[in-house]
Amino acid sequence: MAIELQPLEQFSIERIVPLHIGKLDISYTNSALMMTIAVVLITALVFLSTRRAALVPGRWQSVTEMLYEFVADMLDTNAGHGAEPFFPFVFTLFVFILFCNLLGLVPYSFTVTSHIIVTFALAALVFIGVTIIGIVKHGFHFLRLFVPEGVPVVLLLLLVPIELLSYFIRPFTLSIRLFANMLAGHTMLAIFGGFAASVWLAAIIPLGINIALVGLELLVAVLQAYVFAILTCLYLRDALHLH
Amino acid sequence: MSEGGPPDPLARLGERLDKARASRGGDPAASPGNAGVQQGVGIGLRIGIEFVVAIVVATGLGWAIDSWVGTRPWGTIILFFLGVGAGMLSVYRAVAGIKTPVGYRRLDESGAGAKPAKDKWDEDEE
Repeated sequence: MAIELQPLEQFSIERIVPLHIGKLDISYTNSALMMTIAVVLITALVFLSTRRAALVPGRWQSVTEMLYEFVADMLDTNAGHGAEPFFPFVFTLFVFILFCNLLGLVPYSFTVTSHIIVTFALAALVFIGVTIIGIVKHGFHFLRLFVPEGVPVVLLLLLVPIELLSYFIRPFTLSIRLFANMLAGHTMLAIFGGFAASVWLAAIIPLGINIALVGLELLVAVLQAYVFAILTCLYLRDALHLH
Repeated sequence: MSEGGPPDPLARLGERLDKARASRGGDPAASPGNAGVQQGVGIGLRIGIEFVVAIVVATGLGWAIDSWVGTRPWGTIILFFLGVGAGMLSVYRAVAGIKTPVGYRRLDESGAGAKPAKDKWDEDEE
């Protein structure tokens, strides 16, 4: 029984290339490495599969086209017309999170999205970007987003703070949802993996559970990327189609 | 159409696709419920965390304001209840349909009149 159960060890950040500028630590870490791999893979997939684009797509071209159409459709139905200029952003966001989630499921890899700082940075980017878009597009009128229509003044005193709060909570819910799902799932995988390693012959039971869990994690990985992207679309719509 | 050389390769491809689909027993993409289930799971995963985060963030904000201004219990208490309200609102919006914008404002495209928003509030006030 010398096997130690350390289900959280997988989330530790390690410096691969230490790099310091003054007091700032900008080392190249395993997290950055996984992000680089994700970006390289995405770029390779999109470029190579469309290099010899055919009318009747092959397998790889099909994958890219399906991804493209999926995001385009999502943006169209959720963000409405006028959101087309933001397609590249939503597509990049969705595919990046999807690849980070899926690559994290590869044994011995690292799950970038299981760190709140990464997901919060993405969510803050969306939140600040959408707010700026709304202000640029509607100016001072944008603040009317927080004032419900046809409500007595007394109730407004209560409702405006609630609306404000529910607006400013968006980046938190957006980031914590993705982060918590990935963290919990991968911890669970590691725990059952640890069980399987430590109980010898009875390992078949935790191993079976783990196989089912990997399937579930695949679903969660795709769904969370989808949820993140769809919420970005919804926020965009709020900013674009404000009355 | 397929006789006499390739007059229109696209049309012939369409014919072949139709045949292949028919032999497989229907169009898999058009199976009902699939998209609905997908969206349902998406919404379910969304709202799970919404409520908790709203309360935690709001209470934390209240705590911070208290430390800053020096009104120890009140900011935390008030912001806690506002957080509960905001959490309920988010969950309600997620469940009632993603068509509802923040602030119950009508969207540009949703047609004429303030009817939908009005109706909603009338129901709530009963």
